[in-house]
This record gives sequence, C-alpha cells and structure tokens, in this order.
Amino acid sequence: MALAIPFVAGGCQLPNFLAYKGATTQAQDSFKLWQGFFITGLVVVGVVFLLILWAVLRYRRRSDEMPRQTQYHTVVEIVYTVVPILIVAVLFVFTFITENNVDSVSASPAVVVNVTAFQWGWKFQYPHDGGIVVQGIETQTPQMVVPTGETVRIYLRSADVVHGWYVPEFNFSRYALPGVTNQFDINVTHPGVFRGQCTQFCGLYHSLMLFSVRAVPSAQFASWVHQQEQTSQSGNSIATLKQKAAQGGYG
Amino acid sequence: MTDVINPPIEGTGFIPPPAVPVEPETHGHEEHGPTGILKWLTTTDHKVIGLSYMITSLALFYLAGMMALVMRLQLTSPSGSVVSFQQYNELFTMHGSLMLYLFAGPFAFGGLANYIVPLQVGAPDMAFPRLNALSYWLFLSGSVTMLLGFFVAGGAADFGWVAYAPLSNATNSPGAGADLWIMAIALTGFSAIFTGVNLVATIFYLRAPGMTMFRMPIFTWNMLVTAILILIAFPVLTGALIMLFADRHFGTHIYEVTGCMTTASPGHPAVADPNACGVPVLWQNLFWFFGHPEVYILALPYFGIVTEVLPVFSRKPVFGYKGMVFATMSIAALSTGVWAHHMFTTGVVLLPFFSLLSFAIAVPTGIKFFNWIGTMWHGQLRLSAAMLFCIGFLFAFLMGGATGVMLASPPLDFFTHDTYFVVAHFHQVLFGTAVFAGFAGIYYWYPKMFGRMLDERLGKWHFWLTFVGFWLTFLPQYELGLKGMPRRVASYPADLGWQSWNVVSTVGAFVIAAGFAVLLVNLWISWRNPVPAGSNPWDAHTLEWFTTSPPPHHNYTHLPPIRSERPTWDYNHPDTPTIHHGPSGNGHGPGGSGHRTGDGSGAAPSGAALQPPVGSS
Repeated sequence: MALAIPFVAGGCQLPNFLAYKGATTQAQDSFKLWQGFFITGLVVVGVVFLLILWAVLRYRRRSDEMPRQTQYHTVVEIVYTVVPILIVAVLFVFTFITENNVDSVSASPAVVVNVTAFQWGWKFQYPHDGGIVVQGIETQTPQMVVPTGETVRIYLRSADVVHGWYVPEFNFSRYALPGVTNQFDINVTHPGVFRGQCTQFCGLYHSLMLFSVRAVPSAQFASWVHQQEQTSQSGNSIATLKQKAAQGGYG
Repeated sequence: MTDVINPPIEGTGFIPPPAVPVEPETHGHEEHGPTGILKWLTTTDHKVIGLSYMITSLALFYLAGMMALVMRLQLTSPSGSVVSFQQYNELFTMHGSLMLYLFAGPFAFGGLANYIVPLQVGAPDMAFPRLNALSYWLFLSGSVTMLLGFFVAGGAADFGWVAYAPLSNATNSPGAGADLWIMAIALTGFSAIFTGVNLVATIFYLRAPGMTMFRMPIFTWNMLVTAILILIAFPVLTGALIMLFADRHFGTHIYEVTGCMTTASPGHPAVADPNACGVPVLWQNLFWFFGHPEVYILALPYFGIVTEVLPVFSRKPVFGYKGMVFATMSIAALSTGVWAHHMFTTGVVLLPFFSLLSFAIAVPTGIKFFNWIGTMWHGQLRLSAAMLFCIGFLFAFLMGGATGVMLASPPLDFFTHDTYFVVAHFHQVLFGTAVFAGFAGIYYWYPKMFGRMLDERLGKWHFWLTFVGFWLTFLPQYELGLKGMPRRVASYPADLGWQSWNVVSTVGAFVIAAGFAVLLVNLWISWRNPVPAGSNPWDAHTLEWFTTSPPPHHNYTHLPPIRSERPTWDYNHPDTPTIHHGPSGNGHGPGGSGHRTGDGSGAAPSGAALQPPVGSS
C-alpha cells in the first residue's frame, strides 16, 4: 500500500488491472481506487503466497528428526496482528474519500432522467426536457441519451421486483428497489455508446434486460431532445410495456 | 465409567494418581437394541448420525455439482440451448440452495462435528442424543422437500438462493416449488438450531477430566463458535421465511409494495405510499443478517479442519493457539455486523459503517493465515492427500480473501456487485473451505471412521485434478465479471468476446468433476480391499486418535491424561512436549522413537479412574 499511494495520488500511468478506466468522472475515481487496491492486493497476496510456498517446499519432510515444538512467538504474533490493521485502515480511508466523491449529488444537475426498471425492460423519461420518453423491452433494447461534460441526475425506480442498473464502463451499478427512489449523478467525460444491463436477478428474462447509454456533446443532445419532442408522445404505460414483453418473441 | 491411563514413563516428573481396579466387562459400553435398518432408523449414536449426515450431504454435493456442469455447458455459447431460461433459473437456485443449505453447513456441523467433537472432548455421545437424531431426520426431510420442487407443476424455486422479495412473492413466483423451498429451509434451519444447541451443551458440559477450554482442539473451538453463530443467525432466517410464507398465502404485505403505489401521471411516475406499504428491502436485511454469519458458519468448521490437519502433518503444535481462538471469536463477533455489505448497491444502507466492519474482519482472518504458516514453519511436512488439500485451501482462500477485501470497499463493489467477479470470489472462498478443507477432513478422518485407509495415490490425483480445475474454472470468471458479465444469466450478447473465457471455465468445471470421480473410485477400492488403519495412522495429536478405529459404542474405554491440547501426542511422545514460549527453549528432543498405538494395548492400564462427567449408558 505504501508503494501504491504515491502512484495513485500522482496519477501515474498504471495498467488497467482488467478493469475499465471509466467513462464518467465518478468511474475514474473508482478506477483509481481499484488500482490502489489491486496493487495492495498484489503485494499482500504475493508475500503470503511466497511464505506458504516457502514453507511447503523448504520444510518438506527430509528426515525423521523431530521438529522443535514451538507454539508461540510473541513478537511475530504482534507484528502479524498490527500490520493488517494498518493496511485495512489505509484502505478504509481511501475507500471513504472515493465513496463520498462517487455518491455525491449536485444541487443543480443539467439533465434529469427518471429511470424505471420493470420485467423486462427500461423506461427513460426526461421530465425537464418536454417529458420525452425512451423505452424498450427485451426484443428492442432502449437507449438512454445523455450529454457529455454535464451533470446528469438519475432517479431510479422499479415498477415490480428488484433490478440493477449497471453500466460496466461507468464502473457503477445501483438497485432499482420497489418503493424506493434512488438517485445518483453521472458526468460522462467523452462521447460514445456504453452498454448497460440489469444485474440483479429479476425473473425469467433477466439476461435479456439490456439497455445502452449514448453520450453526445451538449448541442447534439439538445437537437436530439428537439427531434424526440416532435416524434414521441409520453410513451406507453409500464403495464402496456410489460404486456408487450410478456407476448414478446421469446418463449 | 471411563478410565484414565497414564503413560508408564520414567523421569517426566509426572506422578500417576492412585490406581483403581478396572473390570472392562462392567463398562456397559456394548451396543444393544435393534439391528440392521431398524438400528439406523432408531439410532442415537452420534457417530452413526454423523455418518448419515455426511453421506446425505455428500450425495447432495454431487447432485448440485452436476447441476453446475449443466449450467457451465449452457454458458459455453452465448445463446446456449442446453436448457431453457426457466430450467436455468431453477438450476442455479437449486445449485446454490443445495450447496449452501444442504451441503456445506450440514456436512460440517451435522456431519463432521457430530462425529468428531464428542471424541475430541472425550465424551461418550452428544449431550442430547435424541435431539441429535431429530436434527438428522429434519435435515433429511428438508433435503427431500427441496428436491421435490423439481417434480411439481411450475418446477423448482427459481428466484436464486437468496429469494429476494418481491420476486419470491405469490405473484412473481406462484408455483408450489417456491413453497417447498421455504419449507425445506425452515426444516433444515430447525435441524441446524438443534445441532447448535447440542454442540454448545456437549462442549460446555461433557468434556473429559483435564480437558479445560484452552486444551480443546481448535476444531472443537471452532465448532463451539459456529454453534453460537447458528443460534444467532438461523432463528432470524426462520422468522423471515415465515413472514415470506405469510406474504405468499395469508395476504400480509410485509415485503410488498403492491397495492400501495400512488397513481402515475406524466413526469411523475408512481411512487410508494410509505404509510400503506411493506418494505421489500426488509427481506434483504433479515436474510443477510442470517446470511453473513452463515458465511462464517460455513467457513469456521473448515478452518477448524485445516487447523487439525496442518499440525499433524507438520509434526508440530498449532502455532499461536490462543491467538487463533481469539481470532475465531472476533471473526464471529464481527460477522454479525457486516450483513449490509451484500447491500451496498441498494442505496439504503450506511456504507462507511458496514465497509469498516467488513475490512476489520480481514484482520483476524489474516491472523489465522499466519498461524497456519507458522505451524508449517520449521516443521517436517508430510504431503499426504489431506495435507495437499489443506495447502490447496490456503492458496484458494488467500485469493478469495483478497478479492473479498476489494468487495468490502463500496465504490469497488458498485461495479463488481452481481457480476461474475462476485461469483468467482465466493466460489474461491466457499470451494476453498467446503471442498478443499472439507475433503482434507475426509482424507484425514476416514481411517478413524472406518478403520481403513484411503489410497494416497488416488487421493493425490483427486487433489491435483481439483486444484487445476479450480483455477481454470474461477480465474476466468474474475475477468468476465470485470468486463461486465452479470451473474445468473442464461445467455449473453455474442459480440462481447465473453465466450472464450466461458469455455475455459467450463473445461475447468469438468476437470473438477473428474477429480470427484476419482474420489468415488477411491471409496470403492477402500470398500472392496480394505487396508487396516489402526487407531492412529497419522501420529496425530488429539483425543479421537487414542481410541480404536472405528471407535466403540460410547467411544472410550480409557483415556490418556489430558495435560495439553495434544493428549494423544503427549502420550506417544512424552519426551517432546509443546514449547510454550518464545524462540528460546530447550525442549528439543530427538523423539521419533516409534509411537505406541493409542488404544492402550501394550500400555499397562495403571487405571487411575477418574469419573467422567457423564455416567455409563
């Protein structure tokens, strides 16, 4: 960990360690924390791994000589108690800082999206942009459009069971809990299409409950909103959508 | 009446208590009552009940393993057609339920602990033998009840082993399979509670003379702590299940918001009216208040097995015995305050509190690791099958533990929760404990239970196939999870490059299966061509290796003096006692002068008769 902190704090170029660098500012915070944890993990696992391997290889039985029957060594015991306490204390401090960044919500988001998850699809509604609606079920994956470089507030609800709103490249997921409105902000840093999926098992077609997020520059977002206002109505009700989903092509 | 015999050793400074004549014929240890199947049906012998538990739970383990193979086959292609979505959902629900509720727990606390704990504390049986029998029959009927789900209309339960409300309510899961699942877990839950009561009473009240708490083997210590955790956790689950059943059938709305939503209007989706609503997330809180202690109910017994096997095959005492006991207690205490780390992404729990406590649990777990390494350090390691499985456990649990620390950090949990990263993590932890450590226990105690050896060569094949298959199966799943593959999916998009890692994972699963086929061969051979084990084939430390293999009815005709946590070792190696403090000391004896068999044959029973806390049968 002592090795990891300066790297992470200095923003040095480190490997991805299998994770996404992140397409939102929040995701990039989490990604730095991931790098710190991964390096700490490598060091700790590496040391313990070598200790085990050494013990197994070095102390394989070579003779009938009786080993010393040592049971306690106070200094060693104190060291291997205190060192892990220090490591997890440091990990917790960094966790706490990152968590506050990731979970903080802006007082004045630029765009608000009401997301409703249902079996098995998504409804994205923009209350401050003419109430336009994008929705879809398993057979027609819906796409949520957001502007880059601005704060997007998401209010997340469920119409039936527990679902999970998850975009891997945003390094983020949050449950859609029936009876609860969850809120969080995303600030997408660059344009692109990012795939999303329900992560919390929600019944028969859970694995088909996909969506995507398309991030576009602000001007393009405004024209998209304008275009949607011309074409789309307030959308179907969730009940209608669920009915369509139930009659959908999968069976 | 059980006799305590003293080793006839000169110059150890030990003065035997006065001898009392013993007449073995009057012990009343002989078996009586019915024979054959009727004997099995009516037995209250902890050894028979323990074996019944182990055989039943192992059969369920093989069954659940086959379900895993079917699921792995389904995932070898993005839209696999081995099973339907519905069948897949039933399979992963039952795989998890069988493995967690019916194998990992009952095998340890119903099976091994039932068999071993009374032997390790020098007791003739469990404290409440009839309650013990009731536990087994509840467990068996619960197991059958759960499997019956496959034979009812609508199929088995299909909402995951965690049964999140409101997916598990009557609207979303209308079938009888869900009700059978609830009943099954309630039945096995009571079985666990009764076993917990029995273990606590046995360990507190039936210890042999000299067996103080701090002379108990670590396995027994861990079973005591496990039993206390069972008594804390399982009643909460049972209560939660009863409320779920009431929601399904009696019209309560404890976990439901249905019927209490406000009317939706444009721009204002329907929201719950808090005054008229149940609380779905209450199920998650109650379930995980059981569920996280449950994780340690599943882990601690297996930690105990490892702590028995490593010292014996290192020819050394457990390093840091007392530290280990306190580490176990702190793990148990902390485990009751970390449940919401399964709920970090719900948005309705206090993240820093549950995160901090979850991190804290890494400390006593780390202490255990160093205890195990310290036990091997400067030892003379015999790499038998049991020992190899323990070393496999150390590597598996190291990796699973490290990824567990990552998951304790909410920002990292946000993007790994409910993905294959978590699947890989908990399989490394649970497979590491229940399989690697569990099968270490089987290879270690099988000679004691049946009086015959398992083949070591086949045991090593079993180990290496399991070990290689294990890493092949689960390492790719970390990568899949980090790339965004959610768990509990029967299909996945074809254009994301997930297929190759899924194929590797499936190959690994079949390598593991090959390993478990070897175990069956091994058991078959030992059944057909028995190799007698003797009472103490491993030169082991603890009391159970002092009696015959298998132990007689009511376990002991005489006991060695119990002056440390290694009475059998002390008896066989009086010149190499445990060195209690520090690296300096002078207790280094040559030893190795051939140990006596522990059953007392050849040792003159000087017969200091200390009355054990329970009388004869």
